[in-house]
Amino acid sequence: MELCDLTAHEITEIIRSKQASAVEVLQSCLKRIAAVDGKPGSLDSAAESEEDRKKVHAFISVLEEDALQDAQKVDRMIQNGEDPGLLAGVPFSAKDVYCVEGTYTTAASKILANFKSPYTATTIQRLKEKGAILVGKVNLDEFTYGSSNESSAFKPIPRNPWNTAYVTGGSSGGSAASVAAGEVPLSLGTDTAGSIRQPAAFCGTVGCKPTYGRVSRYGIVAFASSLDCPGPLSRDVRDAALMLQAIAGADRYDSTAASLPVPNYLAALEDGVRGKRIGLSTDYFQISYPDPESGELLQKPVPDEILAAVQHAADILRDAGAEIIENVPMPNTRYAIPAFFVISRVEAASNLHRYDGVKYGYRGGKPGDDLLSMYRKTRNEGFGMQPKLRVLMGMYVSGAQYAEQYYNRALKVRAMIRRDFERIFDHKGSYRLDALLTPTTTTPAFQIGAMGGDSVLMQYADQFTVSANHAGIPGISLPAGFSNGLPIGIQLLGPDFSEASLLQIGRAFEKGSAAEPWRTMKPEVLK
Amino acid sequence: MSEEISPEMFKQLAALAALDLDQEQADYLRHELNQQLKAIHELAAIPLDDDLRITPHGIVYDQAISPTPREDVWQPCADPQKILNQAPQVEDQYIIVPDIPHEKLD
Repeated sequence: MELCDLTAHEITEIIRSKQASAVEVLQSCLKRIAAVDGKPGSLDSAAESEEDRKKVHAFISVLEEDALQDAQKVDRMIQNGEDPGLLAGVPFSAKDVYCVEGTYTTAASKILANFKSPYTATTIQRLKEKGAILVGKVNLDEFTYGSSNESSAFKPIPRNPWNTAYVTGGSSGGSAASVAAGEVPLSLGTDTAGSIRQPAAFCGTVGCKPTYGRVSRYGIVAFASSLDCPGPLSRDVRDAALMLQAIAGADRYDSTAASLPVPNYLAALEDGVRGKRIGLSTDYFQISYPDPESGELLQKPVPDEILAAVQHAADILRDAGAEIIENVPMPNTRYAIPAFFVISRVEAASNLHRYDGVKYGYRGGKPGDDLLSMYRKTRNEGFGMQPKLRVLMGMYVSGAQYAEQYYNRALKVRAMIRRDFERIFDHKGSYRLDALLTPTTTTPAFQIGAMGGDSVLMQYADQFTVSANHAGIPGISLPAGFSNGLPIGIQLLGPDFSEASLLQIGRAFEKGSAAEPWRTMKPEVLK
Repeated sequence: MSEEISPEMFKQLAALAALDLDQEQADYLRHELNQQLKAIHELAAIPLDDDLRITPHGIVYDQAISPTPREDVWQPCADPQKILNQAPQVEDQYIIVPDIPHEKLD
């Protein structure tokens, strides 16, 4: 096993005990990147070679020099007997929507390809202050709009390390792929409809979407501001807890960052699940999909292997002392995607109006064009199809004549989805759940190109994750086995600010399944 | 089901969105918008409770979690050049905006 294959908590231990230096760990990660990542994502539209199709392509930029300096600093502190912080010498990647002063922050879009951030996101700042080493920025769906990374303007798109013919999921696909392929032990993603949890499930990593407001959004390129959540992707639950510990908390630069104190996520991690009440809902065992002609929502059962993974996890948690409550009703789950189509588009359109070719980013057209002409050429040439779709839909459903029919109605449906969760997590209610256990996704990863540009089908890939974004509650996806060589993820959803409890339950599942043969499987790109 | 967004309405939307689209893009985008609207129409059939309150976020920002807004204090920008360096066109520390077309109203 190489140093880069260790977990973050193992890395901090060996660096603190001087069994390896931060520089050695970083070099191991850089060596792995050189071996498996292939050419970085860029606007170069050259056709992919056979060799390209065998690589991961998680990274857009590798910040080798800065990372080396940061690693040397950690080593100096260790030598001087100083404490470099909770994440001493742990390499991490960040989705390319996180601003890092002096580096490019592209959002995987042509319109931001030349944008050099003049400031640093709070989350990145906090990780660096705690000794973590930023290795580079990773690819994503353009502006985070997608569930496969296929919409990135930066090619080649990331490929699933378990089978490179398959998608990584998205939008934090580069994050999940970089962690799964052993390029970094930790990555910072963002989750607006499942963009941390879905790629985590597809790539066999842990992915945690914290409660809305638990982690500052300052310095992150926005998608839908009432739904966006930054959070960790990692190889195990302890690492997710470590990263969350480092980034959570109030922030004077983000008025939505909650002022609630941050608990010690590591303290109760090993306390087990005795007495915890964990629910199962048949509403999460049905896949909803719209009839292509009428739009009517139809339903079919989730694949057997997905259902079996959830039931197996419930058995493990039951054996560990949890009480499993079956048939928990979540009747509004099926409306989460239609409501998301409206709310997220309105917010995305609002956020996308700032890209105008005047203040920063790409400018289209030619010198001498008037303002309107420049706007239109800039936005047409700079945006890919997904941002364009969101601008158009957002403007349509929030128009004065349609707002009541669409936008206000969707906000009320969001409140109904929130109510479903309040009812099952109510300590005085009938269910009194600590967590709801569900599949993370309706299927394992799908083949690259399988969706064929169908934006509706792509959105429905998020149907088990998006409710948590509407409700604002935390969720965590955990690796739970394989189907035909591709990872399956299970999801735990909990009440507001219950991250410590979810991590504790996740850790109990991890321990309960530690001896299972699938835990020893390695991604195809490492064979 | 008829298409909710007609070619004419789409043209108007694209103009408002400041998007200069070619026909191939317009056809794809209009098709996808209409498909998405079919999915969205499901919302119309949901019976809504009278007491449903619209909130700006899923979670409730009560006193326990709401940060106190910081004082609104003017501060100089440490390095305005960093901001200006991002602009496509700058002159004498000003960001240059292309000519704004004027239309004379009757």
